[in-house]
Amino acid sequence: MAKPMDKYKWHELNVGCVIEEVGNASEYKTGDWRSQKPVWSDSKCIKCGVCWLFCPDAAIYRTEDELYRTNLNYCKGCGICARECKPAAITMVEDER
Amino acid sequence: MKAIKGVEVSIAASVAAKLAKVEVIAAYPITPQTHIVEHLADLVADGELDAVYINVESEHSAMSACCGSSAAGARTFTSTSAQGMELMHEILFIASGMRLPIVMASVNRALSAPLSIWGDHSDVMAARDTGWIMLFCENGQEVVDAIIMAFKIAEDKRVFLPLMVNLDGFSLSHVIEPIDFPSQEEVDAFLPPYDPIYTLHPDKPVTMGAYAMPELYTEAKYAQEMAIRNSKVVVKEVMEEYGKKFGRHYNIVETYNIDKADVIFVALGSVGENIKTAIDSLKDQGKEAGLVQLRLFRPFPAEEILAAVKGVKNIAVIERVMPAGAPNGPLFQEISTVVHMSGAEVSMTNYIVGLGGRDVLPEDFEDIYNDIVSGKNSELQDEKNFTVIGVRA
Ligand code: SF4
Ligand code: SF4
Repeated sequence: MAKPMDKYKWHELNVGCVIEEVGNASEYKTGDWRSQKPVWSDSKCIKCGVCWLFCPDAAIYRTEDELYRTNLNYCKGCGICARECKPAAITMVEDER
Repeated sequence: MKAIKGVEVSIAASVAAKLAKVEVIAAYPITPQTHIVEHLADLVADGELDAVYINVESEHSAMSACCGSSAAGARTFTSTSAQGMELMHEILFIASGMRLPIVMASVNRALSAPLSIWGDHSDVMAARDTGWIMLFCENGQEVVDAIIMAFKIAEDKRVFLPLMVNLDGFSLSHVIEPIDFPSQEEVDAFLPPYDPIYTLHPDKPVTMGAYAMPELYTEAKYAQEMAIRNSKVVVKEVMEEYGKKFGRHYNIVETYNIDKADVIFVALGSVGENIKTAIDSLKDQGKEAGLVQLRLFRPFPAEEILAAVKGVKNIAVIERVMPAGAPNGPLFQEISTVVHMSGAEVSMTNYIVGLGGRDVLPEDFEDIYNDIVSGKNSELQDEKNFTVIGVRA
């Protein structure tokens, strides 16, 4: 959005609240909801990519050295990645912010 | 002279949709709407109407498909009744919130239980605040004209809202009436193709129906409220243009014999014709009653109603729905809100008639008139706020 959503007046909205800039969900940082975060044990990781596949927020990305990490702007701390990782390479730890 | 044809009103409604060149129809058959969608299916199957007819497994899907096709930029039509409208209920809000100019012929029918396939206004009154513009028709000709006007109103860039054309189940939908159909050329000249602002198209992707945080929902709903409120001007303009082009003139609020009336009836739909018959008969007996009939129900034409009932002593609001524990029927509550907030001192009474297809006769309205003028209705009102006509005690 061109400006923060609490700055819009009713008549400035598009008809039917249509959003013309696609892909702007990235501006909405869902990571604020998190109380836990995943931590990777790279030695246990077999690089299967299951965590990447299962993350409901598509917050997991692959680094240049083919390791897996989460983008904390979007990680909600749901723990699905840790649960699905068969070699238990992911531990959920309290996120102190 | 023009050819006036005797046609079943349901068939006439589907011919009107064809004249409006609808591009997508998604509907599930339900009595008493069935003949409308069956005939449209025939027209599409026979190649007489170049449209997509989507067979769906329920009204929930019908309205969902309508939202999709309207969002994709197609002129979209559907039709429903009673339980079907209830099954659509959730999606009715989505159509209006997304500002999709879908047109629906709503063939009004009683709601279950007990199961009834017959006409009353239980369905539309349960959906009255879904954000749809609502027109009510008194006869078959009005149904045809309203469906053609409906697209022009709904698709106006100042409006962009879905619109329901209400017609009474059986007492309108299944009767044969003389209908004057405009020609395709005349309709084409009146109704240009649908020109959407946004469409679902990969060349210019947009997001529709997105999530709104508490910071934005109020503004979004207010924008929708202003759109439906301001649509009254467009409804009037379109009715005026239609009258000039086709010779049939409509007003959002119609009046009949109101000037000297002691009692003014206020009503919706086909019952208006019986009230007019009663008014004529009362006139022959030297008694003066009038009728205020709402062609437009949403947005509520408050100013026009006030102007019509100005100075009258008695208003009798006639409606075809059981108020279900409310102090009065929905139409009464709305009329009394605008009348009493204007400061007018007027006696108002509420009559429930014609539930689940019960006959309503002109004599019933003569009785109502006589009761009001003789003061008898005030006795009835000690017991309850509204009076149910014909209930066996
Ligand atoms: S699921 Fe576990 S093992 Fe597989 S890539 Fe993710 S962290 Fe590594
Ligand atoms: S905790 Fe949930 S949101 Fe965060 S990376 Fe794992 S799966 Fe994704």
